[in-house]
Amino acid sequence: MSKVRVLVGTRKGAFVLTADGKREKWDVSGPHFPGWEMYHLKGSPADPNRLYASQSSGWFGQLLQRSNDGGKTWEPVDNKFVYDGTTGTHQWYDGTPHPWEFKRVWHLEPSLTDPETVYAGVEDAAMFRTTNGGKSWQELPGLRNHSTGNRWQPGAGGLCLHTILLDPKNSSRIFIAISAAGAFRTDDGGQTWKPINKGLRSNFLPDQDAEIGHCVHRIAMHRSRPDVLFMQKHWDVMRSDNAGDSWQNVNGNLPSDHVSYPQKDGTTKEADLKGFGFVIDVNTQEPETIYVVPIKSDSQHFPHDGALRVFRSRTGGNEWEPLTKGLPQSNCYVNVLRDAMAVDSLDKCGVYFGTTGGQIYASADAGDSWKAVVHDLPPVLSVEVQTLS
Amino acid sequence: MIRVWLPAHLRTLARTEAEIQVEVPAPVTISSVLDAIEARYPMLQGTLRDHVTRQRRPYVRFFACEQDLSHDPTDAPLPEAVATGAEPFLIVGAIAGGL
Repeated sequence: MSKVRVLVGTRKGAFVLTADGKREKWDVSGPHFPGWEMYHLKGSPADPNRLYASQSSGWFGQLLQRSNDGGKTWEPVDNKFVYDGTTGTHQWYDGTPHPWEFKRVWHLEPSLTDPETVYAGVEDAAMFRTTNGGKSWQELPGLRNHSTGNRWQPGAGGLCLHTILLDPKNSSRIFIAISAAGAFRTDDGGQTWKPINKGLRSNFLPDQDAEIGHCVHRIAMHRSRPDVLFMQKHWDVMRSDNAGDSWQNVNGNLPSDHVSYPQKDGTTKEADLKGFGFVIDVNTQEPETIYVVPIKSDSQHFPHDGALRVFRSRTGGNEWEPLTKGLPQSNCYVNVLRDAMAVDSLDKCGVYFGTTGGQIYASADAGDSWKAVVHDLPPVLSVEVQTLS
Repeated sequence: MIRVWLPAHLRTLARTEAEIQVEVPAPVTISSVLDAIEARYPMLQGTLRDHVTRQRRPYVRFFACEQDLSHDPTDAPLPEAVATGAEPFLIVGAIAGGL
């Protein structure tokens, strides 16, 4: 019988949740690495027992851990992330040049075919890769050295490369996203990159349709259709049907925020902006079914009206239904961070997300109903799930 | 042998007791002690000082003989009592609050 293993990264350690294919009864192990910030854990699609974990602390910096037995035991691997060549500068919050400085690994994306190869997205934004199971890491400098790199500015969470999507049908193609530079794509294995932000519109930018500078929070794809991408931007849920060459807004009936923002002429404009959130994911059984968790913004960052709702679209966007069964519908003021949602490969698709309040919610019926697997973990930074045979 | 006390998180990482002992050729300095620690426990590389700049991490502090040595030159000789093993070299995670 199939099993699922949910890998949870929190502010104070990692947890591994396991269940059989019914996904009703859960075993919880952890905390692994208690007291450490675990930004992300992910298993190799080519060897599910090979896991990688990003471990960091304000005291002792960045560590990388690797497990060869599905998370029962771990061993530290190389933690040396050194930018290739001259680092140069990006823009600081005030627009002044600021040297690139490594801070932490936000996201680990193991190769689809080789357990020894892993991509790492780091802050300040850059892409690293290991091809020897984490024994050493090398930067793919073409991204950071992109001609726009000196104009990238950090978002509130830092200049982080937080999303890496590997194209299952084209091993040379990778999509990444950086807050707040935007989305980029390589078609040559990471040597060169192009911004893929056409169609994004960000009201807070002087040039609202700029080539870069958009605060992309997350991108997702269905394995069967890697040219179809879904994006959760700061505000706006977007869709691309041409591998990011252009995007269309699919906010539809998502909740909105009433905001005011400055105009080029110095005046202020009021608007209702839809679709703020951090996570987005695609149902593994239905490529047109997507999930988001709308969050009230720009500064509150908790659910609208204190009601935690996942919104599901079965039409690839535009038409959304709130999913509430089993989720708190009053006095709920948590957030769901960008790497904290995942989907399993079972039929019906299981959907999982974690909150800054320490809950892990799971749905074994594609979102129709939810149950808190655990209630009181430290703030959840990331959730990944492995479907095991 | 130089006696070194590690903070709790690094003991766990290095799978050691609180006190470790490392052999350090003279002159015994902060740098030479850290070099010896990192050679024997490679998993600690980067946790005490930056990989590239070799600068002490801001929230890592060094003490010995009731003195805060954190801001001393890293190539200055450590107190004789540390060099002889009479007193431990203390590596401490700063009491810095936080989340």
